[in-house]
Amino acid sequence: MTTTTAPAVSTTSAVRTETLTFARAITEGLRAALEDDDHVMLMGEDIGRLGGVFRVTDGLQKDFGEDRVVDTPLAESGILGTAIGLALRGYRPVCEIQFDGFVFPAYDQITTQLAKLRYRSRGRLEVPVVVRIPYGGGIGAVEHHSESPEALFAHTAGLRVVSPSTPQDAYDMIRAAVASADPVLYFEPKGRYWSKGEVTLGGPVDAAGLDGARVARAGTDVTIVAYGPTVATALRAADALAAEGTSAEVVDLRTVSPIDVPTVVASVRRTGRCVVVHEAPSFLGAGAEVAARVTEECFHSLEAPVLRVAGFHAPYPVAKLEHEYLPSVDRVLDAVDRALAY
Amino acid sequence: MPEVTSGGADVAPADVTPLVQIVSPTGERVVEPDNATYRSRVDHLTSEDLRALYRDMVLTRRFDDEATALQRQGELALYAQGRGQEAAQVGSAYALAPQDYVFPSYREHGVLHVRGVSPVDRLRLFRGVDHGGWDPAEHNVHLYTLVIGSHALHATGYAMGVQRDGLVGTGDPARDAAVVTYFGDGATSQGDVSEALVFAAVNNAPVVFFCQNNQWAISEPTSRQARVPIYRRGEGFGIPSVRVDGNDVLACYAVTAEALERAHHGGGPTFIEAYTYRMGAHTTSDDPTRYRERAEEEYWRQRDPIDRVAALLKAEGGWDEAWVAALDAEADTYGERLRTAVRELGAPPVESMLDHVYADPHAQVEAERAWLRDYELQTTNEEAVR
Repeated sequence: MTTTTAPAVSTTSAVRTETLTFARAITEGLRAALEDDDHVMLMGEDIGRLGGVFRVTDGLQKDFGEDRVVDTPLAESGILGTAIGLALRGYRPVCEIQFDGFVFPAYDQITTQLAKLRYRSRGRLEVPVVVRIPYGGGIGAVEHHSESPEALFAHTAGLRVVSPSTPQDAYDMIRAAVASADPVLYFEPKGRYWSKGEVTLGGPVDAAGLDGARVARAGTDVTIVAYGPTVATALRAADALAAEGTSAEVVDLRTVSPIDVPTVVASVRRTGRCVVVHEAPSFLGAGAEVAARVTEECFHSLEAPVLRVAGFHAPYPVAKLEHEYLPSVDRVLDAVDRALAY
Repeated sequence: MPEVTSGGADVAPADVTPLVQIVSPTGERVVEPDNATYRSRVDHLTSEDLRALYRDMVLTRRFDDEATALQRQGELALYAQGRGQEAAQVGSAYALAPQDYVFPSYREHGVLHVRGVSPVDRLRLFRGVDHGGWDPAEHNVHLYTLVIGSHALHATGYAMGVQRDGLVGTGDPARDAAVVTYFGDGATSQGDVSEALVFAAVNNAPVVFFCQNNQWAISEPTSRQARVPIYRRGEGFGIPSVRVDGNDVLACYAVTAEALERAHHGGGPTFIEAYTYRMGAHTTSDDPTRYRERAEEEYWRQRDPIDRVAALLKAEGGWDEAWVAALDAEADTYGERLRTAVRELGAPPVESMLDHVYADPHAQVEAERAWLRDYELQTTNEEAVR
């Protein structure tokens, strides 16, 4: 039994606008997905009765039942592997990995199976599984609770890797991820769970919701590329730059696989300078790919090399030091200054 | 119930274990109180049924011999031999209902034969032209999974889907569905197999875990994987478990039929250990002379699953020389057709290398597809000029 894209129209909820936290926007997106298609199901540790350690699935088991919002055994590989089996039977599982640092037991199933089943079967098998992963730091946590492993997955063909930066995108992109026929790793910036924003809910799923970077702020002097938790950092840096007379354009990539190179390139052709900001380590991170592509495609437009502001090549540090590790507004300003000095 | 050892030098005391057997190695029916329920599942089988089983086992072995020869001739890049495991595979597969689903590892050529996956489709992977080779939906057989034990989880999840479809315990044999997953003794050491047993047990999933303990995981004997008989691993997770003579096609059929009935009726998972022997190498790249004894191979040759059925048929008057001759001729034609078909399998078109990575267009793939097309065109033009 195979299915393709889920029905486009959400028949049960009218379009409305509310102010929601980032986390709650995901909850409502999951609710809409569960309402739209009775083959959608959620699975993960503590997502049912507890509603998830971040309460993202709060209330959903009560409303949709234990067969559709499933508390799983404590076994990430088992969660992913059984989700693959459920998907092969025609279901659309949305897995929750409790924290970024605990995704690794599932890494084998994600990279050797989930990513490859369509290719292996020459398109006959479909595994529309979504894997939700809270990621990123800034919450004062112990080891393994603040990581950014997205590049480790984006490097594997067959997976889509996305990360919303606003509550609206969180809502739209989780619905689009569930509707996608491809496996999607949906990285949720946990440091932003409690940020609030206007969210328009209801209506049909935007089929293009998983595609395309977004210009979060228009500018002329430098392009700051970011995704997930660092979009807010980039916007604060842009505010600081504006006060100094520098106009920064902020591009929210929204997706790490694929990367919307044309949108970045169009921006850098105008500004001539590019700074990429992400929490993941600089070495072999997503910023390296952006830098390579921008250099290849806008070489003659560049006034300065592409610079990256990112984490260090060390395991994520202790909580008392994490603010020295994470890309700060100051470090972004420093990189922009260096780019402008060329 | 008879006891059996692996016969090899590396026999641990735990290997001397009772197992379900209906036909002895020399082809006599084994009648005792312990196997009564299993005998009742096969007593109705006629000589015609036994000849059908025999034929399927013979063709499975013929497939194996042809594929091995093709590999030696360079027509296949690799082949994983299943010789000696025909009873475990054909017997268990006979118990499947059409709506049951199979998750094999990569050696279950006999299961695929019974399910109707064509011989040439089964060899596309080994020919190096396809990572799969058949359409799973056509015969309800998943593709081969090369990451050891990984598919045990897929099977369990699939079974959880069958539960949610309401196709367990309906009482209608045409609708109740279950899943059978096949793997070897080595696979039971992989974490994913344990996790599959966890999920199957706590969800009471309609999945049968069919472990072919063929005594070897490449060069490592089963004693390197476990210090108790493998079937006791299933028991450890609270799953009904049984050890069966994997070279007795009737016993393998019977235990699988019982397990499938349990699953169909809502009784949950079963773990079956089919005690058998890998007569050939792990694959054609392997050299068993480096790690095992001829004496052990000879011990198991005396327990050949196909010879056993022949002996049974002869003892019960079901053996017919004309029929045997016809089967030999059929096997020869089968082999010739297979050789021809395999030799005709060519490489897929270069552009197909980037097909089916994703369902929907992915910018990176599309950019590379365009590059590849231009590159191929450029190369072609350059060659034309030269």
